[in-house]
Amino acid sequence: MSELAHGAHPQGFAHQFEDVEQQRDAGRLGMWVFLVTEILFFGGMFASYTIYRALHYESFVTGSHLLKVRFGATNTYVLIGSSLTMALAIRAAQTGKKKGQIIFWLILTMILGAAFIGIKLHYEWFRDYQEGLIPGVQWFYNGPHAPGVKMFMCFYFFMTGLHAIHMVAGLGILTVLVIMTARNKFSPEYYAPLEISGLYWHFVDIVWIFLFALLYLIGGRYPGS
Amino acid sequence: MGFLQSGFDSLAAMAAMMPLQPPAASTIANSVDQLYLMLSGITIFFSVLIFSIIFYFMLKYRRKSPNESGTQTHTPMSLELTWTIIPSLICVGLFVWSSSLYVRNGRPPASSTEIFVIGKQWMWHLQHPEGPREINELHVPVGVPVKLTMTSQDVIHDFYIPAFRVKKDVLPGRYSSIWFQPTETGTFHLFCAQYCGTNHSEMIGWVYVMSPTDYAVWLAGGEKTESMAAQGERLYSQFGCGNCHSPEAGSHAPSLAGIYGKPQKMQSGETRIVDEALIRQAIYFPNSVHLPNYQSIMPTYQGQIDEEQMLQLIAYVKSLGSEERMNGK
Amino acid sequence: MSTSQEKPVESGVNYLNATYGIRSWLLTLDHKRIGLLYLGSITLMFFVGGMAAVLMRLHLTEPQGALFEPETYNKLFSTHGIIMVFFFLVPSIPATLGNFLIPLMIGARDVAFPKLNLMSWYIFITGAALALYATLSGGVDTGWTFYPPYSSLYSHTQVVAVALGVFVAGFSSILTGLNFIVTIHKMRAPGMTWFRLPLFIWAMYATSLIFVLGTPVIAITLFLLGMERILHVGIFDPSVGGDPLLFQHLFWFYSHPAVYIMILPGMGVVSELITAFSRKKIFGYAFVAFSSLSIAVISFVVWGHHMFVTGQSIYAGLVFSVLSFLVAIPSAVKVFNWTATLYKGSISYEAPMLYALGFIGLFTIGGLTGLFLAALATDVHLNGTYFIVAHFHYVMVGGAVMAYMGGLHFWWPKITGRLYPDLWARIAAAIIFIGFNLTFFPQFVLGYLGMPRRYAIYPAEFQVLNVMSSAGASILGIGYIIPLVYFIWSMRYGPPAGKNPWGAKGLEWTTQSPPLTQNFEEIPIVTEDAYNYASEAAHV
Repeated sequence: MSELAHGAHPQGFAHQFEDVEQQRDAGRLGMWVFLVTEILFFGGMFASYTIYRALHYESFVTGSHLLKVRFGATNTYVLIGSSLTMALAIRAAQTGKKKGQIIFWLILTMILGAAFIGIKLHYEWFRDYQEGLIPGVQWFYNGPHAPGVKMFMCFYFFMTGLHAIHMVAGLGILTVLVIMTARNKFSPEYYAPLEISGLYWHFVDIVWIFLFALLYLIGGRYPGS
Repeated sequence: MGFLQSGFDSLAAMAAMMPLQPPAASTIANSVDQLYLMLSGITIFFSVLIFSIIFYFMLKYRRKSPNESGTQTHTPMSLELTWTIIPSLICVGLFVWSSSLYVRNGRPPASSTEIFVIGKQWMWHLQHPEGPREINELHVPVGVPVKLTMTSQDVIHDFYIPAFRVKKDVLPGRYSSIWFQPTETGTFHLFCAQYCGTNHSEMIGWVYVMSPTDYAVWLAGGEKTESMAAQGERLYSQFGCGNCHSPEAGSHAPSLAGIYGKPQKMQSGETRIVDEALIRQAIYFPNSVHLPNYQSIMPTYQGQIDEEQMLQLIAYVKSLGSEERMNGK
Repeated sequence: MSTSQEKPVESGVNYLNATYGIRSWLLTLDHKRIGLLYLGSITLMFFVGGMAAVLMRLHLTEPQGALFEPETYNKLFSTHGIIMVFFFLVPSIPATLGNFLIPLMIGARDVAFPKLNLMSWYIFITGAALALYATLSGGVDTGWTFYPPYSSLYSHTQVVAVALGVFVAGFSSILTGLNFIVTIHKMRAPGMTWFRLPLFIWAMYATSLIFVLGTPVIAITLFLLGMERILHVGIFDPSVGGDPLLFQHLFWFYSHPAVYIMILPGMGVVSELITAFSRKKIFGYAFVAFSSLSIAVISFVVWGHHMFVTGQSIYAGLVFSVLSFLVAIPSAVKVFNWTATLYKGSISYEAPMLYALGFIGLFTIGGLTGLFLAALATDVHLNGTYFIVAHFHYVMVGGAVMAYMGGLHFWWPKITGRLYPDLWARIAAAIIFIGFNLTFFPQFVLGYLGMPRRYAIYPAEFQVLNVMSSAGASILGIGYIIPLVYFIWSMRYGPPAGKNPWGAKGLEWTTQSPPLTQNFEEIPIVTEDAYNYASEAAHV
């Protein structure tokens, strides 16, 4: 296969590939493989949590009821919204909209992502700190099933903490995407970085939905609790 | 079978001169050794087979000139299937043999003498129900099945008697058990076989298998010690267990008379057997044991009762028949 | 096809001399240079881990211990295990030979994500640096298995630092695996269908599957252990409801597949060596390829065989036992296929072939001794003893390391453009083979006799076998040093190798030695199966 003249390759083409098609396929497959590794990563944690929940069900229910479920629920909506805005950003690029529109949706995604983290930090974790519910850092829980509640809170912070780190990484990726868009890197022919970053962002969203269900909603809750 | 037996006997005689195995001193040792021998035989057979074929091919097909290539050969599916199926069948056979041995060896006879073991960094504490305690030594009678109930006070250890071919991890927070029946008198190694820290290699000792009369003498001799059940009884009154668990105390707590070994329905609907594990759980983690018709008001004794005392209390509860024997009698 | 009559030309421009300076190496995106960066790092780690082993075996010549206090001995065996497993064996063939060869073998110019590839190396050396730092500043004495509660509550050593080093290095594996999967899927040259791929590629693909699926779990496991130590929260502490066996399940869920990470690439190398040095198509190509995949899949469901004596239920034991027997079958199939490949071949005995043949023999023994451990009744007696140590060294050292050495010797001319002295290479191979067997065979006997592993002192009756083992270890050590000498010598004084000094098939042998940075002047179009050695002289 003869080499194409350099000018025939679009922007962003990486020369280890033979053509843009191959690069796009490789990028997509790479992101899916990466997401599989993330599933195993979170999966190890989820498995441990599930086992301990089965062994110490009552303590875990008690612990779960200490979480701020309203803010958790709000955050769930926030993240789902951010997935929507992310998808709209990709759609804008796909359909050749002006870069301003792509950037608008990206920035909206970032705002929602930041809102997620902000709500978490301020309304949940800071309050947990004040209530002495952070094991190893600030712990003065005196209620029933203390050892099991402590175990639950450990897993709560590990799991949501790891998730939050992934969110922050996502915000970093979005920042890079905004800059790339501003510099006219994307077009309907080449928007792969947006697409695969979108995959990542949706994955982080889905992980949250599982976390919310597993951590906040066990044992049932009554209105007002 | 007699022919095979004498075959094994001669092998054993040879082995004794050039030890490739430890003494076979328990009822299961010979059966484990037979499986080991078979596995060794298979290993040697296939290794020799492969080595020989390779050597033969190496010589016969060595390159004669620099530009020579090999001759293409066809890969018959039948050959592939053969050498897939035959090893599979061998594996199935080995699996069935070893699993049935394992399952059979796992069940202690009902008449076993129980002895209790606590592993801690870096020694073994053993206690006979009649009272005598040992450190790093275990005296047992020959020909009698012995069941060891074991726990650890700190990290994971492993109780290993090579001569009996038995081994089991000893974990903190739970009981594990093994059993054996010695077949010859003598002195045999006891090792810790799960790395447990600095002096793991010094957590070793001896098992003394004695004739039944010698064992009885040993048991009765030495310092006068109370039986475990008697020690447990003292603990029972020391910690005021009778304040709730005796019939006079009303219906705060279930009676313990004759409960050991019986099924107990839990609040969740599940039925559990009242064994060492459940009693230990009730004493250390009372809030996790929910009985129907009783409130969760039992305090925890974690930190107040150590693992040795726990075993004595359990021995006491075991000793309670269905007659009432509480209130320090 | 004849290449030995071609006069090798001194190489002109190639990937080694195309650019100069340390920056051109430390910021390289060339998979071949990255492979060499890894080669340097893991060779260093091999000798660090090997040093620990030498000290251990010297110490064990006397029942009361010849050199060290138990505490030091415990740190030595822990360091040896951690470094050899995580920082040598796991990356060895994949990161060095895999990185170098995969694009060449499939007809690509580089891997799919070269920048990610470089980042993987930096992540690896960061992890290695952390582990070395921990070793030098107090060491770790938990064993490479890190079992709690000892590792979480009792050990006073650098557990968190080492765990962090392993955690970090794990990401290097994950990214490498990801890179390889995408590369193999998407960047094969025209005509290079899956069933025309060299078996090394199949093996690397299967290995990469394990990399991406298993490694994240050990990351989480070590994370939980680290958190318990730092925050003093009893994740694995039974007195607060934790379960030390949960750690073991999580740990072995990765660490068992990890051992297949260590052996599968070696098997891939052996397939290449056997075919090249018998100048014949592999016997049963599809069977060997599918065996690699089966091993990768089944490897994930056998982890419980490390826990037969922990008190797990009889049913769990039965399930893990039958699956552990099952995982042996594909390996047996491979051994038979390699042996049958020799039939009517045209066999030569240069060093790479000696290593390959040594692999087949020693892996057979090592693999069969695995059956003793898959069998429940014998595993009870053998678990935690030197039998286990002997078993895994037979497969890891007699298997994986010999394959690695064979691969290095086979592809060295391609990598460096130089030949090394084959006589010395064969002598070293023989010394390694003899030293290895003398070191580890006595350990099978020690194990059945009942000597537990990880013992700093032992009963005097075991001394003879221990001394034999230590004598073997010194021979083995010498065997490993010799190649270091002649390889380094060859880089300056070795005669030029030419494109294809072995007369082997495979796209990598169609390029110059050393290759161009971009691998091929033109991307090749593949029209023939792998190992298409035509028969020129009929074999009588």
